[in-house]
Amino acid sequence: MLMEFEFDHILIRYGELALKGKNQKHFLNKLQQNIQHKLKGFPNIKIKRTRGRMFIMLHGQDPQPIIDKCKNIFGIHSLSLAIKVSNELEQIKQAGLFALENSIQAKTFKVAVRRVDKTFPTGSQEMNQLLGAYLLKHTSGFKVDVHQPDVEINVEIRVDATYITSDVIKGAGGLPVGTSGKSLLLLSGGIDSPVAGYLMMKRGVEIEAIHFHSPPFTSDRAKQKVIDLAEKLTAFGHRLKIHVVPFTTLQQKIFQEIPESYAMTVMRRMMFRISEAVCENHQILSLTTGESLGQVASQTMESMHTINEVTNYPILRPLVAMDKQDIIKISKQIDTYDISIRPYEDCCTIFVPKAPKTKPKREKVNQFEADFAFEPFIEEAVQKIQKIVVSDEQSEDKRFDDLF
Amino acid sequence: MIYLDNSATTKPHPDVLHSFQQVSTSFYANPSSIHPLGGEAEQLLLTAKKQAAKILRVLPEEIIFTASGTEGNNLAIKGVALEHQKRGKHIITTIIEHPSVYNTCLALEKLGFEITYIPVNQDGIVSPEMIEQAIRDDTILISVMHVNNEIGSIQPVQEIGERLRKYPKVIFHVDDVQGFGKVPLNIKESHIDLYTISAHKIHGLKGNGILYKQSRVSLFPLFHGGEQGEGFRAGTENVAGAVSMTKAMRLIKEKEKEKNRYLFQLHQLLRQELEKIEGVFINTPKNAAPHIMNFSLPGLKPEVLIHALASEEIYISTKSACSSKQSDYSRIVAACGKDDENATSALRVSLSYEQTKEEIDTFIHTMKRIITKLRGIMG
Repeated sequence: MLMEFEFDHILIRYGELALKGKNQKHFLNKLQQNIQHKLKGFPNIKIKRTRGRMFIMLHGQDPQPIIDKCKNIFGIHSLSLAIKVSNELEQIKQAGLFALENSIQAKTFKVAVRRVDKTFPTGSQEMNQLLGAYLLKHTSGFKVDVHQPDVEINVEIRVDATYITSDVIKGAGGLPVGTSGKSLLLLSGGIDSPVAGYLMMKRGVEIEAIHFHSPPFTSDRAKQKVIDLAEKLTAFGHRLKIHVVPFTTLQQKIFQEIPESYAMTVMRRMMFRISEAVCENHQILSLTTGESLGQVASQTMESMHTINEVTNYPILRPLVAMDKQDIIKISKQIDTYDISIRPYEDCCTIFVPKAPKTKPKREKVNQFEADFAFEPFIEEAVQKIQKIVVSDEQSEDKRFDDLF
Repeated sequence: MIYLDNSATTKPHPDVLHSFQQVSTSFYANPSSIHPLGGEAEQLLLTAKKQAAKILRVLPEEIIFTASGTEGNNLAIKGVALEHQKRGKHIITTIIEHPSVYNTCLALEKLGFEITYIPVNQDGIVSPEMIEQAIRDDTILISVMHVNNEIGSIQPVQEIGERLRKYPKVIFHVDDVQGFGKVPLNIKESHIDLYTISAHKIHGLKGNGILYKQSRVSLFPLFHGGEQGEGFRAGTENVAGAVSMTKAMRLIKEKEKEKNRYLFQLHQLLRQELEKIEGVFINTPKNAAPHIMNFSLPGLKPEVLIHALASEEIYISTKSACSSKQSDYSRIVAACGKDDENATSALRVSLSYEQTKEEIDTFIHTMKRIITKLRGIMG
């Protein structure tokens, strides 16, 4: 008798989370919330948790779009499509066959049976052989390879039922966003900063962004670029708030008051001062930047030392030791690269001095700043910040509504 | 007037025209221009992309706006052929494709590509198994239409797509110019890599189409130039066209939801009434798309019938408009195993959601009268 099978649930493994002791519950709740949020568009599915595992019950829903969504959720280590059958040998055999036949691009396989329910009459070793032989007999072109199989047919005989999984799909790893506090990301519009934000999110950090806008030197499209980048980052989270700082007046003032070779250093210091003020106002405990050591003048060891002086908030620099090529690779993966290379000026590319100091000194910069009463400008900039919220729920441009 | 040639083209919806005019009036700047007007046009184009993506259930960056269904099919097929020819030069398609696919494949043969044309059964349907069996190590592309433009047969696209999952390097193209808005198809669930639609078949304007391109698939562009069209289709974007096409897509999807059953009923009525006429052979299989009805009247020249109907303001066509200028012989009807008499006397009636039962009645009634008269003269 031939039975009809389909993958009826997805098994979610969360690796690292299992280690988190007392916090585990908090982490798991957050992970479940995040999954639930991302799968809102699939009303039929249900998320279930039992000891040490999480399942997405499909209830007839096509698994592929769900897997695609889950691949972007941090905290998920790996996923597998699974079939649930009753603890009967014939059922297990045929479901195993279905799983093998539906594994993509596999030529070699291995069977791994775990018998949790000891009342099941056949032992796991014997089951391995039995099932392996059955699969070989009923398929063509597959070979057994116990050391490096393309696919492992996992059979878990539990008390309630037997679960059969095959392909292990790699998840995004990391920790669920929202379990490691909040950081303020300096988002310029370049290639690096969105990648930095992504990596912090992967570590469970929730991100808010700050952007320095200098109209008319920077255009609305430069601002739009930052909004679009932030929107891309919401694919890994939920909502993202952007603090857009009106920077024109202060920036112009800097380039009037400060010798050209130090203007860039001072500008970066002002950005950190403003960012710190935003952190204070919004209970954010750290800053994140896309700085990578040695990339440009402002990112030498000396520059970091001099610029960092103005804040004692932790500055997280997840890209600090990375090569540009590797950063670009990630930016392509997370779909921000094409936005980042749009050719609009941002506040870091205008007013670029001909010969910026690559080794600025703290005492020098402090001397220059001493004669420059910049505090009121900082205050004004902070006060006039415009807040924009983007979310992963499709935000249509309302302006054009009547045209569609 | 009774217009029954909706598979050739449709009458533009007034809202679509209005949208086109509004965009042309207020957002005419070049989306690539740096000034705010350009920025606004760029945003509008992006919104159109997002809307189209939402309707097709794909990603915005997977939408390429084209100028026609023919362009979409050419870009898909030549684009894959030229880009991936180092991997192989074998392409699989069916013998009932639209000329924009069929003739493109014939042209590629001249460039050294090898094309396998899979036959269809008597219902005009291709077998997924035969397609899979034709796959070789050097196969780079499989192109199968969703709904045939002459007889309305529906191809098992989803099943083909599912079979192709085992061949991740074979790119799968579907021409859905006739099916979109009439026969539902889920692009992602059917594992389609390239997918063509056209605006003027769904009450949009001529000169607009979309090619969906799965984000990992790479194409060799037909046009080189600026960075428009995700880098695959250079040329200043037709923002008004893109926006109005998206509107047409939304409207036809609403109609599909609302009136698909109704269209099936009309189609059924048409079949029943045609079957009653002596000498009529129906070429459209059961379970076909609800808007196309193809039939033959052996012994009567189709052109004569079309002109006779037109003199009473009823408009139908012979086979597809794109090939009907050559001769009356239908490659598609012949491919379904019909004899030459049937293949040279095929006529096509194609419906829209706006058709009424009265129009069908009038058409049948008029046709009966004309046939009797013509048979009197010719017989």
